[in-house]
Amino acid sequence: MTENTLEKPKKDTSVFATLVNHMLKDRLAMIGLILVVIITGSAIFAPYIVPHNPNKLNVRHRLKAPSSEHLLGTDQLGRDVFSRVIIGSRVALQVALVSISVAGSIGLVLGMLAGFGTKWLDSFLIILFDSIRSFPTIMFALAVVTLVGPSLNTVILVVIVTSIPVYGRIVRTQTQAIIHNDFIMAEKAMGAGKVRIILVHILPNVIGPLLIIASMDIPVVVTIEAGLSFLGLGVRPPTASWGTILNDGYAFIRNTPWLVIAGGAPLILTTLGFTFLGEALRDVFDPKLRREV
Amino acid sequence: MLYYLIKRLGVAAITVVIAVSLLYGMIHAVPGDPLSIVLGPRATPEMKAALNERLGLDKPFVIQLGRFFLNVTQGDLGTDVFSEREVSEIFFSQLPYTASLVFFAIGWSALLGIPLGCYSAVKRNSFIDKLTGVFSVGTITIPSFVVALYSLLIFAVWLKWLPAIGAGKEGDLWDQLAHLVLPAFAVGLGWVGYLARLVRASMLEVLGENHIRTARAFGLPERKIILTYALRLAVLPAVALLGVGIGYMLSGAVFAEIVFARPGVGKLIYDSVITRNYPVVMGSVIMTTIIFVLSTTIADLVSAFLDPRIRENL
Repeated sequence: MTENTLEKPKKDTSVFATLVNHMLKDRLAMIGLILVVIITGSAIFAPYIVPHNPNKLNVRHRLKAPSSEHLLGTDQLGRDVFSRVIIGSRVALQVALVSISVAGSIGLVLGMLAGFGTKWLDSFLIILFDSIRSFPTIMFALAVVTLVGPSLNTVILVVIVTSIPVYGRIVRTQTQAIIHNDFIMAEKAMGAGKVRIILVHILPNVIGPLLIIASMDIPVVVTIEAGLSFLGLGVRPPTASWGTILNDGYAFIRNTPWLVIAGGAPLILTTLGFTFLGEALRDVFDPKLRREV
Repeated sequence: MLYYLIKRLGVAAITVVIAVSLLYGMIHAVPGDPLSIVLGPRATPEMKAALNERLGLDKPFVIQLGRFFLNVTQGDLGTDVFSEREVSEIFFSQLPYTASLVFFAIGWSALLGIPLGCYSAVKRNSFIDKLTGVFSVGTITIPSFVVALYSLLIFAVWLKWLPAIGAGKEGDLWDQLAHLVLPAFAVGLGWVGYLARLVRASMLEVLGENHIRTARAFGLPERKIILTYALRLAVLPAVALLGVGIGYMLSGAVFAEIVFARPGVGKLIYDSVITRNYPVVMGSVIMTTIIFVLSTTIADLVSAFLDPRIRENL
């Protein structure tokens, strides 16, 4: 008992200290953290930040150049682009959060089943994972959209289906690495059931790497959502997404370049921010993962 | 090696079969009448009857799937709902445009990425190395369609150095090449960073190996050691990954072809999605999936041929 209370806080502070140390030394990680804070902040507080109603039409002020009233100008329907960029962060992060957590949970269960189950089940799941991975993501998305029509839910569905194999494979590899350890053998020898082994020993060990991979997947998902919305196959108008802003801007690229610039810049900053931060987290918590990604 | 070859090809075949079944099964997973879904809103009763006859939609699912596979193996991917041309014919008429785009994208990214990775491994922790590190992460993460849009804006609209849209005049090679520059830039940029990172890592590993140390001990010039002995080994993992690279570039090509209004497979699929021409979409997605699986399989076989250790891990 005393041993536990003494050991634990020490270990926690050391991990936290390593993280802080790493962040202070690694300038990129710091930039990443700042970007992530700004982006998630603007997504959470979007309704309080936006200077104008992002969906309010004002045709008389259409395609106006950036000014003090409209920081990033207005689009072809006279909507304030700055407000649309801010509110667009909500769609991006919402898709990332929902689809990554659903795909991560399903991938966790299937991956542990593959790693822990019989060889037959393992081979079956691996081949299923590989088959899904054999569609280039965007191609698969296009096929699904043709059948069920474009919507935010379609985007989330596509991301979930195509991400499950990635998580499943990581969890499987980790599970297999753990079950061959001596302490699992000892557990088995003492008569521990499968459920106990999975819940008490495997789950805590695989969840860390899974969380790191999941956090590094945020930029990928944001890119897919924006890409599909850019093609007009994701979020439906008038909802603002960085992709739809780019789509609007593409049509007017010759005379009103600020639309394309305004839609692309948050995408670049978001993907860079989450990647820099994710890589730092990975390097601190699980440097071994570096080889697998 | 023969055992590995057979096993790997078997896995590839099963992967394609499952992938195609999933794609075909999706028609039935969607609520509603499959005929209207496949043929889209503009279907006439005659078109529906013809497709029903062809696919045998009233038969059990397994038989439908069997028939579908039989058609695919005979090169029959179905017919375009509107023009009634063969899907395979349409697909292969567009493929050269996409193939040349992917080829040029791989080419320039390898020509820049490999030397960059090699240089930063040799001059470790130098300014160039650190710059390459940031550059790699940046180019890997920035979405390729944003690169495409920004380069269209900068080089075609503002600077007017390069043509903005199309694939160039038929028969005019220079014009066609000029039209390839920006799309190939956008599709390949991410791969430059990826290759640089990969080659740097494997170069560092190779440089620490015994035979390099021996070469140094013999007093061979550093330049010779790096270029003749180390680089050859360090490039192997990159070659092995080109197969996967083709798949990613096919996705990137969809965006590049749309942004630069280039003909190609991506544009074909996109236009068919917009008109809800499902036979063309499904046929083309199946073909690109087969190309993708084939290229990863070939890459795996090449690396297994070069490195016997891989053969044991299937």
